[in-house]
Amino acid sequence: MNKEEFISDLQQKLSGIPEKILRDTICFYEEMIEDRMEEGLSEEEAIRDIGNTEEIATQILADIPLLHIVKDKIKPKRKLQGWEIALLVIGSPLWISLLVAVFAMVISIYAVIWSVIVSLWAAFASLIACAVCGIGIGAGFIFIGNGLAGAFLLGAGLILAGLSIFLFYGCKAATNGTAVLTKKIALGIKSCFIKKEKGQ
Amino acid sequence: MDIQLKRGLLDVCVLTAIKNEDSYGYKIIKDIKPYIEMSESTLYTILKRLEFAEMLTVRTSEHGGRLRKYYHITDAGLKRIEDFKNEWREVMSIYQFVIKEEEQNE
Repeated sequence: MNKEEFISDLQQKLSGIPEKILRDTICFYEEMIEDRMEEGLSEEEAIRDIGNTEEIATQILADIPLLHIVKDKIKPKRKLQGWEIALLVIGSPLWISLLVAVFAMVISIYAVIWSVIVSLWAAFASLIACAVCGIGIGAGFIFIGNGLAGAFLLGAGLILAGLSIFLFYGCKAATNGTAVLTKKIALGIKSCFIKKEKGQ
Repeated sequence: MDIQLKRGLLDVCVLTAIKNEDSYGYKIIKDIKPYIEMSESTLYTILKRLEFAEMLTVRTSEHGGRLRKYYHITDAGLKRIEDFKNEWREVMSIYQFVIKEEEQNE
C-alpha cells in the first residue's frame, strides 16, 4: 500500500465524521508517514509502521462524542432555500416527534440495561441489611434467653452474609460487562450515522 | 493497567516530551519509546485531549517544503507535570509500604 492508498482508505473509513476532524486526522497521519520517510524508511515500511486503517478509524470514531456527529449531520451543507425552510416548518410536527422518539428509544435502551444493574446492587444492599439485622436481632434474642429463636436468626443472618459476598462479585462483573456493552452500543450508533452518509 | 490510570500517565508522558522544547508527532513517539510504546492513534487522541484542556497549543510551521505541526506546552501543562510528581510521591510511599509488608510476611 502506498501513501495515497493509505490516506484514501482512511478517508473512506472515516467518511461521515465532521469535516474538520477528518481533515485534521488525515493531516496528522500524512505528517507521520512523511516524517518516517524523511528518516530513511521506504513508503511501504512507513505505512506498515503506522498500523492498519481499520483500527485507526475505530479508535478515532470511539473518541468523537456522539453529539458532535449528530450536530454535524443536522447542520445543512449549503444554505437552505425558502421553500425548504417552509417545508421544514410545516413538517416539524412529524420530524420533531420522530427525532424525539429516536432519542427516547436510545435513552430507554440505556435505562433498561442500567436498571438491571441498579436492581442487582439493590438486591445486594438488601441482603446485607437482612444479614446485619439477622445477626443483631439473633444476638439480642440469645442475650434475653430465647436461645432457639436467637440461634435461628443468627444462622439466617450468617447465611445471608455469605450469599451477599457471592452476589457482590456477581454485581461487579455485571457492572463491568454492562459498561463495555454500552460503549459498544454507542460505537454502533455512531457507525449507523456514518454508514447512512456513505449510502447517500 | 487500569485504563483511567494509564490515560493519566500517558498525558504526562506527552507533556514531558514537549516540556523543554516544542516537538512534533513523530519525535514525541520516538522520545517516549524507550519508556513506553505508544501508537499513532493513541498519541493523536492524547494530543487532542491536551489541546482541548489547554495544556498545550499547536502551531503549524514549514519544514522541508511541507507543513508540520508543533506542540507547545502551556502553564497549565507544566502545572499538570508538577501535580503528577507530587501525586506520585504519595503513590511511591504507598508502594514502599506494600512491598515492606509483603517481605515481612514471607
